[in-house]
Amino acid sequence: MPGITREEVAHLARLARLELKSEELDHFAGQLDDIIGAVARVSEVADQDVPPTSHPLPLTNVMRADEVRPSLTPEQALSGAPAQEQQRFKVPQILGED
Amino acid sequence: MIDIIKLTAAQTAEKIASGELTAVEVTEAHLARIEATDEKVHAFLHVDREGALAQARAVDAKKAAGEELGPLAGVPLALKDIFTTVGVPTTVGSKILEGWIPPYDATLTRKLKEADVVILGKTNMDEFAMGSSTENSAYGPTGNPWDLTRIPGGSGGGSAAALAAFQAPLAIGTDTGGSIRQPAAVTGTVGVKPTYGGVSRYGMVAFSSSLDQGGPCARTVLDAALLHEVIAGHDPLDSTSIDAPVPPVVEAARNGSVAGMRVGVVKQFAGEGYQAGVVQRFNESVELLKELGAEIVELDCPSFDLAMAAYYLIAPSECSSNLARFDAMRYGLRVGDDGTKSAEDVTALTREAGFGDEVKRRIILGTYALSSGYYDAYYGSAQKVRTLITKDFEKSFEQVDVIVSPTTPTTAFAIGERTDDPLAMYLADLCTIPTNLAGNSAMSLPCGLAPEDGLPVGLQIIAPAMKDDRLYKVGAAVEAAFVERWGHPLLEEAPSL
Amino acid sequence: MTTFTELLSYEDALASYDPVMGLEVHVELGTKTKMFCGCSTELGAEPNSQTCPTCLGLPGSLPVVNAIGVESAIKIGLALNCEIAEWCRFARKNYFYPDMPKNFQTSQYDEPIAFNGFLDVQLEDGEIFRVEIERAHMEEDTGKSLHVGGATGRIHGASHSLLDYNRAGIPLIEIVTKPIEGAGERAPEVAKAYVAELREVIKALGVSEARMDKGQMRCDVNLSLRPNGTKEFGTRSETKNVNSLRSVERAARFEIQRHAAVLSSGGSIVQETRHFHEEDGSTTAGRIKDNAEDYRYFPEPDLVPVAPARDWVEELRGGLPEMPRVRRNRLREEWGVNEHDMQSILNAGAVDSIVATIEAGADSTAARKWWMGELARNANEQGVVVDELPITPAQVARVAALVAAGDLNDKLARQVIEGVLAGEGTPDEVVEKRGLKVVSDEGALGAAVDEAIAGNAAIADKIRGGKVAAVGALVGAVMKTTRGQADAARVKELILERLGVSEG
Ligand SMILES: [Mg+2]
Ligand SMILES: [Zn+2]
Repeated sequence: MPGITREEVAHLARLARLELKSEELDHFAGQLDDIIGAVARVSEVADQDVPPTSHPLPLTNVMRADEVRPSLTPEQALSGAPAQEQQRFKVPQILGED
Repeated sequence: MIDIIKLTAAQTAEKIASGELTAVEVTEAHLARIEATDEKVHAFLHVDREGALAQARAVDAKKAAGEELGPLAGVPLALKDIFTTVGVPTTVGSKILEGWIPPYDATLTRKLKEADVVILGKTNMDEFAMGSSTENSAYGPTGNPWDLTRIPGGSGGGSAAALAAFQAPLAIGTDTGGSIRQPAAVTGTVGVKPTYGGVSRYGMVAFSSSLDQGGPCARTVLDAALLHEVIAGHDPLDSTSIDAPVPPVVEAARNGSVAGMRVGVVKQFAGEGYQAGVVQRFNESVELLKELGAEIVELDCPSFDLAMAAYYLIAPSECSSNLARFDAMRYGLRVGDDGTKSAEDVTALTREAGFGDEVKRRIILGTYALSSGYYDAYYGSAQKVRTLITKDFEKSFEQVDVIVSPTTPTTAFAIGERTDDPLAMYLADLCTIPTNLAGNSAMSLPCGLAPEDGLPVGLQIIAPAMKDDRLYKVGAAVEAAFVERWGHPLLEEAPSL
Repeated sequence: MTTFTELLSYEDALASYDPVMGLEVHVELGTKTKMFCGCSTELGAEPNSQTCPTCLGLPGSLPVVNAIGVESAIKIGLALNCEIAEWCRFARKNYFYPDMPKNFQTSQYDEPIAFNGFLDVQLEDGEIFRVEIERAHMEEDTGKSLHVGGATGRIHGASHSLLDYNRAGIPLIEIVTKPIEGAGERAPEVAKAYVAELREVIKALGVSEARMDKGQMRCDVNLSLRPNGTKEFGTRSETKNVNSLRSVERAARFEIQRHAAVLSSGGSIVQETRHFHEEDGSTTAGRIKDNAEDYRYFPEPDLVPVAPARDWVEELRGGLPEMPRVRRNRLREEWGVNEHDMQSILNAGAVDSIVATIEAGADSTAARKWWMGELARNANEQGVVVDELPITPAQVARVAALVAAGDLNDKLARQVIEGVLAGEGTPDEVVEKRGLKVVSDEGALGAAVDEAIAGNAAIADKIRGGKVAAVGALVGAVMKTTRGQADAARVKELILERLGVSEG
């Protein structure tokens, strides 16, 4: 298995929205390389014809009736908000499209 | 005069029910104990003095009104700070949730309240339950009451330490890779990871959804069973909750026996890395089981050798997604919002400041394992390993009723010893992880002290899914035999704090 | 912020290039509650009043699937001739965006609930075009952001944004076509007809009102060109949120012309999202789709697989309503109208109103006449759909009945309708209040006819001389003196009788 580079860690940190410091990139790159080296063993079974298990239980079709349940009050919903305005969550400018 | 804090939960409940003690007396005794010892132990992140006393007063009022009390009414409990509690801070041991007061109760919290259990407060834990030592808490480590320079295990070190320090007779933990059982083992207490889906995850802050499971922690097998019965059961708010009756755990705990049972010992749970004293106490436990009438069967589970690797792909992958919601928009910490920065930047700065190293490591590892081009080799293969482990368990349980192993390869290590070596830290969960991957149930209970360091050793009992009662049946028998052999419960040998 | 974009004429574009389209439509289901929690989906609620731990993505919260959401997805799949998965899962689509509380969307990835179907759409000239369906899958909507501090309420230039999560978690069905090939110059028309037909299907199923103006149905138009005669697809653009039928057609047309201009001048198309501008029908560049986009899909561990039992699927199939196109063809034959007229009725959104009017007793000609005439014109003026006018099919049927009985003529009937629309009451009440009744008193009518003949001697002579067509002028004169309240046909009869002329 290939090792993991500083640049890869930086790319992953961007995907994961983590503003890592430069020294953290080096630190994590070394550690993650070791960890990935250790866990890469799982690919021993990659070619085996075994179904993957995503859920430990063999449950299917767990559904609820389409019936309204009480919501939180807006006050409760907003109780943890770092900032609010007009009964809405106030967030910094969004660098979206447009 | 009775020493309230040394009573078991069952005894405490009985004395409250009979009027010998009031719930307020019991609660005050434990609050006093916490006040006296927690500066040293640091088991609690938040003590809810007022809430606990209010709940205790309500129990006493019920009793006075002649209402029937539940089997744990008035018994104090230490709740891992991973379950939401209305009006009481829930931090998951992380800076990113510092000061967050949830507007809703976890199903488990609600069930405890409905059973009149007195919640003393929230216990310390590795941040987001990632760790095996509680050193990853953003709020400082917890000490092991047996030796305060040593770790109490993790992630639920606070809950286990609270029990061992006699701050509470009951506690709640969560177990994703061993976070209930390993702390129980290194603190000389009892901890159970129920069958996945046995206890609702609603309101339990997710680390790895397909592995996480809340469960009971106590000082005796019967107490664990009583608590198990209170918190278990189907919850329509959790799609992965099992819609079936709770296994008869209390009945099993009251009728401990291994006579005629087949008990498996897995070849793979041995070898390099296992401390001599741990192996010695484990072998004695196996001998004891034979003496008690069990038949010992040797088992080969080759897939278990890959369990650790699979776990360290699946858990980080799920956590990288579960923890994405901590983005500084709706709750929790917000860093860098100076009016010039974008939401994107504020999210990244907040996550950088709010998460500790181990959490960041796992988020990055999980992001890597799920990214295109690597998914099949890593996440996909890990899920295949999961299937193989489940099959090895199924095959084993055709031959035996339960499996036993050491809970963890070593006794409590020193605080700081493994913090710079994540891989060494991960070894603590070598024996506990296969059960999380397969979803079945397991218990850890004390089986003595390691001769070389005088620290507790845990015996793990593993049962098939939805056969949690077998853990209690075997556990109660083993516990009774050991207590008889030692002449007292193991915890009496712990130093007084 | 429309920028100048080079376009090739549509004819020139098609002379060299062959368009390939892909259409992605999101339909918001009309369930009472959200997809994964019990919060109400009612429109118009106060901000953040329909939220709970789950749809706010609070720590510890968990999703539970809405059974009607799944049922609706299966119905849509069946109506689109899809196979229904025996077993499928939800997946997490991971990306950060403040309007998405968990920073992943619970969606479906490689295991959609419905796949491999088709929808036959009828073009204006009656030609049937088969659009192949790749998949229909279940997912959830995001919250709504309000951008504050910018000049126009747009995201660009805003100082901050305000988020309301009432819409977060509302069930969506995403319906994706396979590449639509072979439509040639009719590609924009096919795109519009497909979305229109899909909308009819969704409405017929009763799973959503599918109002595009309310965002209940939203369309992305993916388009690429390839040189005529070649097979390989060109690079595509993805025009997002094209939210009316007319816009779908315009967006496709614009992109064909834009792509052709770029390609024919030797340039190459950038794979990007495009924004559609309602004002002038243009598109402008959005986000470039490079490979940095990595959604890291994986099976949603908080939900268990959905495995619809076959007998349930068959039961749902058995309960499907008649499909709109089949129904329209049946109605077309019953009503005896041609393809073109039927298409106009469809475009006016008047099919159901006409059916209901016929059911209320009107004959089909009259029902069509009123809905496609007076009422369509009125709706058009007010910018609403005909069935939103304040008049019921039963009321229209009553007007038709009054005309059939000779109590009203067309002119009076129009006044009655006008009165009903103005809120003056039922047709009978309007007739009463406004005094609108055909003058059927033969004596009074005869006097008016005599008066008209006397006052228009020259015209009367012409008629006597055989120019029967001139009778119209005399009828007009009579109608004028009776203030329109005469039966024109009877007036004509009386005039001809008086003048001793027979018709034909
Ligand atoms: Mg989508
Ligand atoms: Zn909700």
